[in-house]
Amino acid sequence: MSTDGPKALVITAAGINCDLELAQSFAAAGAVPESVLLSELIRNPSRIDNYRLIGLPGGFSFGDDIAAGRIMGALMRRSIYPALTAAIERGVPMICPCNGFQIAVQAGLLPGPSTDSAWPANAAEPSIALLQNSTGRFRDAWTRVEIPTDTRCIWTQGLECDDVTGILPSAHGEGRLVADEALLDALEANGQVAVRYHSADHFNGSMRRIAGICDASGLVFGLMPHPERFTRWTQHPRWTRLSAHQRAGEPLGLQMFRNAVERVLVNA
Amino acid sequence: MARAGNLYDSCPMTLVYRVEVRPKSGQSDPRADAVIRQATALGLSAIPTAAQHSSVYLLAGDISEVDVGRIAHELLADPVTQRAEVQHRGIAMHRLDAMVEIHPLPGVTDPAAESVESAVQAMFGTSVRVRTGDRYDLAGINQLGAMTIGERVLANPVIHGVHAEPWHPAHFPAGHGYTMRIVEIPLRDLSDAALEKLSREAHLFLSLQEMQAIQAEYRRLGREPREIELETLAQTWSEHCVHKTLKSTVHYREVNLGAGQYSLQSGKRLLNTLPSAAHTGTPHASATLRPGHTPANDGSVTIKNLLKSTVAAGTFELIDEHNPDRIDWCLSVFVDNSGVIAFDDHHAVCFKCETHNRPSAIEPYGGAATGIGGCIRDIMGTGLGAKPIAATDVFCVAPLDGTDVPAGCLPPRRILTQVVAGVRDYGNRMGIPTVNGAVWFDERYVGNPLVYCGVIGVMPRTMVKGVTVRGDRIVAIGGRTGRDGIHGATFSSAEVEHGHSSEFSHAVQIGNAITEKKMLDAMLAARDQPDGPLYSGTTDCGAGGFSSAVGEMGKDVGATVNLERAPVKYDGLSPTEIWISEAQERMVLSVPPAKLERLRAVCIAHGVELCDLGEFGTNDGMIRLYWHGTEVGALDTHFLHEGVPMPTREAVWDAAWSASQLPAPGNGRGVGPRLLDTTCALLSHPNIASKEWIIRQYDHEVQGGSVIKPLVGVGSGGPSDAAVVHPVPGSRRALAISNGLATGWSADPYAMTLAALDECVRNMVCVGADPTRMAVLDNFCWPSCDDPRNMGSLVRAAEACYDGAMAYRTPFISGKDSLKNQFRTQDGRLIMIPPTLLVSGFGIVPDAERACTMDLKSAEHVLVLVGTTGARMGGSHRVMLGACGHADKRLPVVDPARGARTARAVAACIAHGAVRSAHDPSEGGLLPAIAEMCFAGGLGARIDLSHVPVDTAAHAEVSDECRAFAEDPHRYILEVDVVHLPTVQAHLDGIAHAVIGTVTNSTTLEVVGIRTPHESMSIDTLRASWNAPTGG
Repeated sequence: MSTDGPKALVITAAGINCDLELAQSFAAAGAVPESVLLSELIRNPSRIDNYRLIGLPGGFSFGDDIAAGRIMGALMRRSIYPALTAAIERGVPMICPCNGFQIAVQAGLLPGPSTDSAWPANAAEPSIALLQNSTGRFRDAWTRVEIPTDTRCIWTQGLECDDVTGILPSAHGEGRLVADEALLDALEANGQVAVRYHSADHFNGSMRRIAGICDASGLVFGLMPHPERFTRWTQHPRWTRLSAHQRAGEPLGLQMFRNAVERVLVNA
Repeated sequence: MARAGNLYDSCPMTLVYRVEVRPKSGQSDPRADAVIRQATALGLSAIPTAAQHSSVYLLAGDISEVDVGRIAHELLADPVTQRAEVQHRGIAMHRLDAMVEIHPLPGVTDPAAESVESAVQAMFGTSVRVRTGDRYDLAGINQLGAMTIGERVLANPVIHGVHAEPWHPAHFPAGHGYTMRIVEIPLRDLSDAALEKLSREAHLFLSLQEMQAIQAEYRRLGREPREIELETLAQTWSEHCVHKTLKSTVHYREVNLGAGQYSLQSGKRLLNTLPSAAHTGTPHASATLRPGHTPANDGSVTIKNLLKSTVAAGTFELIDEHNPDRIDWCLSVFVDNSGVIAFDDHHAVCFKCETHNRPSAIEPYGGAATGIGGCIRDIMGTGLGAKPIAATDVFCVAPLDGTDVPAGCLPPRRILTQVVAGVRDYGNRMGIPTVNGAVWFDERYVGNPLVYCGVIGVMPRTMVKGVTVRGDRIVAIGGRTGRDGIHGATFSSAEVEHGHSSEFSHAVQIGNAITEKKMLDAMLAARDQPDGPLYSGTTDCGAGGFSSAVGEMGKDVGATVNLERAPVKYDGLSPTEIWISEAQERMVLSVPPAKLERLRAVCIAHGVELCDLGEFGTNDGMIRLYWHGTEVGALDTHFLHEGVPMPTREAVWDAAWSASQLPAPGNGRGVGPRLLDTTCALLSHPNIASKEWIIRQYDHEVQGGSVIKPLVGVGSGGPSDAAVVHPVPGSRRALAISNGLATGWSADPYAMTLAALDECVRNMVCVGADPTRMAVLDNFCWPSCDDPRNMGSLVRAAEACYDGAMAYRTPFISGKDSLKNQFRTQDGRLIMIPPTLLVSGFGIVPDAERACTMDLKSAEHVLVLVGTTGARMGGSHRVMLGACGHADKRLPVVDPARGARTARAVAACIAHGAVRSAHDPSEGGLLPAIAEMCFAGGLGARIDLSHVPVDTAAHAEVSDECRAFAEDPHRYILEVDVVHLPTVQAHLDGIAHAVIGTVTNSTTLEVVGIRTPHESMSIDTLRASWNAPTGG
């Protein structure tokens, strides 16, 4: 692992369980990941200033017994929210897969303020919900995804998805994205839809097939699928069927992390 | 109910607030929809036309209604989609025609309530007590119908209260203080009859002989035992903890040997009518018996310590340092909480598999969840702690439809659905991928479902062993101690009767995975300190709780334990209850005093409770228990661990009786007339049919290490033979994980065991594992071995473990047994489970990039069948289907030496890269396996059964039906590019094999046989058969 890449903060807490693969994905893209407990960050929020990338991993934070992401989101609103928004204003990309997305929504980090507004000093009320899948059941499956060509998400911009490689794994019970139609219109108009489920693979009933969104800056990226579980070809569910040609490029998940790390290096 | 009692007398101090959270109008309500669906699936007479679900929170503490409003709106409800309502007492309002509300009973773990309590503390700085519940308002149904739904669909009376109105108690029950009194149980002067009565009534489940041994010990000490001492002895001496059946001396004789069956008495080592013993190549083909086996003149054999003389003997011979051919990669076998092997130069991997059958029979959700939770702690408690990286689950249940369910048993559909939910909710929360499993259906599991949970871990090789020394602190971390699970170990060692589910409800528990996850994170942080671990040893609190954990760790040095220091869930626990409680999610660590404060800091950072219970090491090696400075118990560790009498057990092998226990075959539904029609019927057999509905509920990819997933191929529509995972990120080396279960062969557990081991090995070989680097685990689940006939079948299975392990060179490294699996119905009928041996295995895949899957890859490739097929169809799924009158129903021949040779040759073909897909035809036989390869690959195949290599010793003609559906062991189907065929043939030199067909682009499976004209069937039809619903 490189030791001179940009430092990436991986926030962990009770019940977070996808921190390992998130850290590995940052490392695979050339960053130097470090996992830090939320309790440490609450004690010392200025630690967040040391990092140039941030990841909020998946899991079942604090049990997720009330609703996914509720408790951790509520704790973050009252503690490290100012330090996180300051980091975003500094240009730090932040990725929030799965439970991370649910937490980010609860913490007021997504969808964030409109393009011409600053981050409010106090976290906004959630305006998006991630509810129980329409099937009523947890599901682990790879699904085809689409990247909107007009997205302003710096993580997914410019990525191409074909039938074989344009897929990501999902594993969640509460991923059905629900919001006001007007809010969704605004997000679409503003290029804040970062990734969608393909129409053939739309398993959780999300409105407008939205799998992930970003804030108006394009830096904060929340999505229900797990790009951090698709950074090696042997993670692909049908890799033994793929030709060398098909496996020539980098897996879709790794490309997202690569995008963010390159952005940070360019802006350095 | 049973556990409430005087603990929960009301305490009039704090008011209880009630909050309901439900979807805003217009929002969907999946939990309400699920109730209607489940009520319909259960066939209830009154089905609601509409339903609404509300989450109920009861909060008590020093808070105002304004505070409760803030908690409700900021924490409990989602502002986008939900509304919260703070309700006053006495306003019981029905929103629809009827309602039912479900709450956990007092004392039952309520993880959601614990989450709310800690969140309120963190957010508002206020301490509250919380209980949760679920309210369902139902339309189109009367109150009686609503209560039926509550009782049959939503609640389990063992752990839930069902209410017809919104439940809003005036006060929460509070515990009573405990006043110490030392209870002595006088038994020195008891008669044998009185000893037996005491054992039964105090739920000790000790035999008369064991009670007599205790009596003798206390006569020697000149005092009566105290309650806490007697309880500790009962726990430690339970079957669950000491395996006293498997470790006993056994007197075995064969009264009725089936034709061609293996005979232990004659000293013939192998056999199921082998054509020639010369082929076996085993070192034990002579007539002399192995160590530990003593023949008598009457032909019977006495076996000293069955486990040591069979399963363990094989392992210790394989790893014996005097053996020039020794296996040097076993790092810890049979002594720790799991078995450990080397993964590479720096890392070790370990594997443990447990059963949690009794709790799962009574409360399947909690039973399965705490089953996997306990197995995870076994991995955490191995050496200085391993990190769990994968889990397995195998369930044996009665058929979901058409099973006659006796009083006292839950319906099998409910059991299976709930055990899957339990594994899902615990495994997913822990972030451990459940990657491999199986489900076996047999009506004899109706009263005793089997729930096997396996967990694999990885650790640095330097952490494989811990050493607890005198002066180390006894430190408990994790969850609090409650009255939960008291008598779990003794209960699991008893036969179930119809009345047991209420009598033993306190042995059933609900787990809280987050408590365990925090404990795991804290332990790994404490282990991986730059200057070494902050503790010297560890073990989990499993069956027996502190008594077994401290007893085990303090076995050689003794311990002083201050029981009043243990954090408790509620007041009123006696020292005995604290000492033997089986409350979940606790570990014991031995901690050098100088490192205690650093460990405490790590635990605080992770939100984990830590408690210093006392000190390891006493002058006389005794374990002394104190309550506020007063000695309440003293235990001699030697008597505790070595004092259990091991009576000689009688074992009889009666082949005719054993064969008579087999279930009646099915009615032949779906069979024939064409071979491919029967293939469809077999693909739909619940043992074989797709388990996708289970697999996809598990996060089988968390940690990002998956290489071969449980479902593979086009559309992930085929069953993988085994899972492959990366234990060490960045390494090309990987680990294959599989299981073998051959319960269809239970007519002879000797052959059954060899078949299960062979299947386990074949599964790993098929995905690319190295057969010289595989280790296995045994899990015996048997009906009561007090019946010598069951003991006889157990002996045969144990002997087969030795013979199989030696032939394949696959050491057993860990094992577990559950030996009282039978159910007595109200009318006195005894239902014994079939003898069930699960073989779990893991093996090294040298290069993950060379891993192989079972889906066909390309047209024009040829299909090679390796291994011979005989004329026998015993044990096959084809025979289970029925309408098979003409078939030879003897079990096929098993030859472990041939199986081992074949495994190595096939593995060499795969390692060479000459095989594009590989599949094991063990379940359903050749045609179902090829059908699976076809639809998984989206390709067709043309098969000529006349090319199938047949067993030359089979004197009868091997029919097309046998060739298609017999389940002979040692066989593999390989897809080979013709350019690689010479390589494959060279590796298979000396092993029967033949090209039996070709892969085609036609999307049909075509078959011809020796007497069967051309048949064909679309792979879509075959796939649809395999996708037949099996549950959920």
